[in-house]
Amino acid sequence: MRFEYSPAPESRAVVTLRDSYGLFIGGAFVPGSSVFKTISPASEEVLAEVTHAGPEDVDRAVAAARQAYERTWSAMPGRERGKYLFRIARLIQERSRELAVLETMDNGKPIRESRDVDVPLAAAHFFYHAGWADKLGYAGFGPSPRPLGVVGQVIPWNFPLLMLAWKVAPALACGNTVVLKPAETTPLTALLFAEICQQADLPPGVVNIVTGDGATGQALVAHPGIDKVAFTGSTEVGKEIARACAVSGKRLTLELGGKAANVVFDDAPVDQAVEGIVNGIFFNQGHVCCAGSRLLVQESVYDEVLAALRRRMGTLRLGDPLDKNTDVGAINSRAQLDKISELVSSGEAEGASRWSAPCPLPDRGFWFAPTVFTEVSQAHRIAREEIFGPVLSVLTFRTPAEAVEKANNTPYGLSAGVWTEKGSLILWMASRLRAGVVWANTFNRFDPSSPFGGYKESGFGREGGRHGLEAYLDATGNADV
Amino acid sequence: MNVAGDIAASEQSLRRFLHGLPGVDEVGARARAETLATRSIKTDSKRHAIDLAIAMIDLTTLEGQDTPGKVRAMCAKARQPGYGAPPVAAVCIYPDLVPEAVAGVAGSTVRVASVATSFPSGRAALDVKLADVKSAVAAGADEVDMVIDRGAFLTGRYGLVYEEIIAVRAACGDAHLKVILETGELSTLDNVRRASWLAMLAGADFIKTSTGKVTPAATLPVTLVMLEAVRDYRDFADRQVGVKPAGGIRTEKDAIRYLVLVNETVGEDWLNPRYFRIGASSLLNDLLMQRERMATGRYSGPDYMTVD
Repeated sequence: MRFEYSPAPESRAVVTLRDSYGLFIGGAFVPGSSVFKTISPASEEVLAEVTHAGPEDVDRAVAAARQAYERTWSAMPGRERGKYLFRIARLIQERSRELAVLETMDNGKPIRESRDVDVPLAAAHFFYHAGWADKLGYAGFGPSPRPLGVVGQVIPWNFPLLMLAWKVAPALACGNTVVLKPAETTPLTALLFAEICQQADLPPGVVNIVTGDGATGQALVAHPGIDKVAFTGSTEVGKEIARACAVSGKRLTLELGGKAANVVFDDAPVDQAVEGIVNGIFFNQGHVCCAGSRLLVQESVYDEVLAALRRRMGTLRLGDPLDKNTDVGAINSRAQLDKISELVSSGEAEGASRWSAPCPLPDRGFWFAPTVFTEVSQAHRIAREEIFGPVLSVLTFRTPAEAVEKANNTPYGLSAGVWTEKGSLILWMASRLRAGVVWANTFNRFDPSSPFGGYKESGFGREGGRHGLEAYLDATGNADV
Repeated sequence: MNVAGDIAASEQSLRRFLHGLPGVDEVGARARAETLATRSIKTDSKRHAIDLAIAMIDLTTLEGQDTPGKVRAMCAKARQPGYGAPPVAAVCIYPDLVPEAVAGVAGSTVRVASVATSFPSGRAALDVKLADVKSAVAAGADEVDMVIDRGAFLTGRYGLVYEEIIAVRAACGDAHLKVILETGELSTLDNVRRASWLAMLAGADFIKTSTGKVTPAATLPVTLVMLEAVRDYRDFADRQVGVKPAGGIRTEKDAIRYLVLVNETVGEDWLNPRYFRIGASSLLNDLLMQRERMATGRYSGPDYMTVD
């Protein structure tokens, strides 16, 4: 007997969209030089008009942050800063439904994920770092580590609010002030966060949000009034930023792309491994820098794992991101869809074998069916380049040594997964995999107390945990205040 | 069944086979069950699910205080739950009350299931257990719900458990055999998977989670693992075995979560009373109350729900 699920859309009524949003500078929304529109990638409907910050707007934001840093925030005792962070964390929880719906509308990710992952984790990051604010002397960076000053932060569109939390919470806890630029296609939750800062009575200028495109980001990271730059995004842009920051005296942390290997051994718990493979690559439509985009399967269980994977992919529900039963939402932008399509075409042209889950795609908006490539070799572009979409490349291996060799054979090194029931093999693998995070019998699990960051071209610096504080502290006492 | 015969040829070969099954990662299985529990079933799909759940119920009373009167009343409700709802799948009672149940459901589609084999502990000699089964079947039970020897299972004497199920299977004759694993006592999901395969290899028509006398009874992760087992077993042996979670499923929301689990783990082949049952007693009234609300837009209240 068939069991179809009726539509179960989350209500949009909880969100009040303004027609137009200014820049958040010095605690108030102010107009800027020009405007652009942000759309819903699931319907291409225009959601709101957003301000494009030019160089003079960035100037104003940096000046406001500098003033707040010198007059209030750096002088404030840690326990007082902590209170603001706790307040922000609680407000994120109180307004969680609103934030989740807005995130889904602007980004295209399923409401199940924004509701159960993005927003709760964002709140958790503020709670976690609120606790650090008055204990920085015990973090292992000397008895009284100092803040760095004004931090310029540029974040991506895949987890707009969560990446904001990863950046803003530690910066503020450590006593820095912030100018943050959200991604061009997903500015709305950052602007709602600005409202939350107002609601929390955060002193004006401690958090400033400048919306815009790459040019705005360039103006921000190149600004001489910035003491530290933190960037999450593509390796290509990360390299540009590294060049722009070179010999400027600015501190820099980069969290960039990835091409993670998810390694499945023949003694793996197969059903859970398949869940982990699906979660690794189809979570957030594969728009995840640490996505498990290369599946490495031991040849002795290849047929079994692939059959189970295809069967499971057949049950994925693609469609309206606001529907509470949707598993796979919309691709974030036309540009990203084009990039995914181009790489998938190259995979077919280079001789890999493509299989896509048989799910109908909506007529409007940007969509890509969950796809798996078999007969992939290390030389194929789809095995080397980051696709940042719901596309999995499957490779095989025969021995643990070969698995390590293939997993590490990439310029990236952000994350990896190991699936086996043998604990000693997990430890053996983890000590050899050149990746910032190694998940054992799970994938894409995040926690504010666990440091996250890359090896090689996946960037440097860590976010989260005690290690993440280092990026926002001057342990030497030489900060240029 | 030659395949099963080879596997069960010795205690060693049976152990090698069961321990060679892929492991179950508890964290992952729980996470999968939790995710599926967030599915939102509304409007038409909810109406459909409520009636499907009612049709899958084994309406159960297994108390020392059970009487012929209690069983007759339950049978009447099983045939005609009221509010236009379909009859339930079966009634489930102790063996001595089978004659009452057979009379109570006569002329309807409702089947009579009897627990047996010294339910719920299963702590009796094999000939006593078999006599228990035979008396239930002789009295007209269509289905027998046996319990496995958990003590033997937990000490690794899989052959003993296997032989006992084979013997009960033979004593059942034409009656369907449901094998209760009592997963609350097996404790780990690896054990649940092994016990599921053991029961299927020995000829179970259904594998059932619990007696309802042990906490925890049915849970979503345990049922998930059992569903994966029947799915894999069908590929292995070309025979489809049913699954019955029992105990602790009290609300319409609980029941729908189980149907979602079936739908997304094994699919529509199992979405009928031939292959999926829910062992429950108070669940029926909650389903009826929700069914009434779907039809009229309001709750009628507990006074309108019959107590049987």
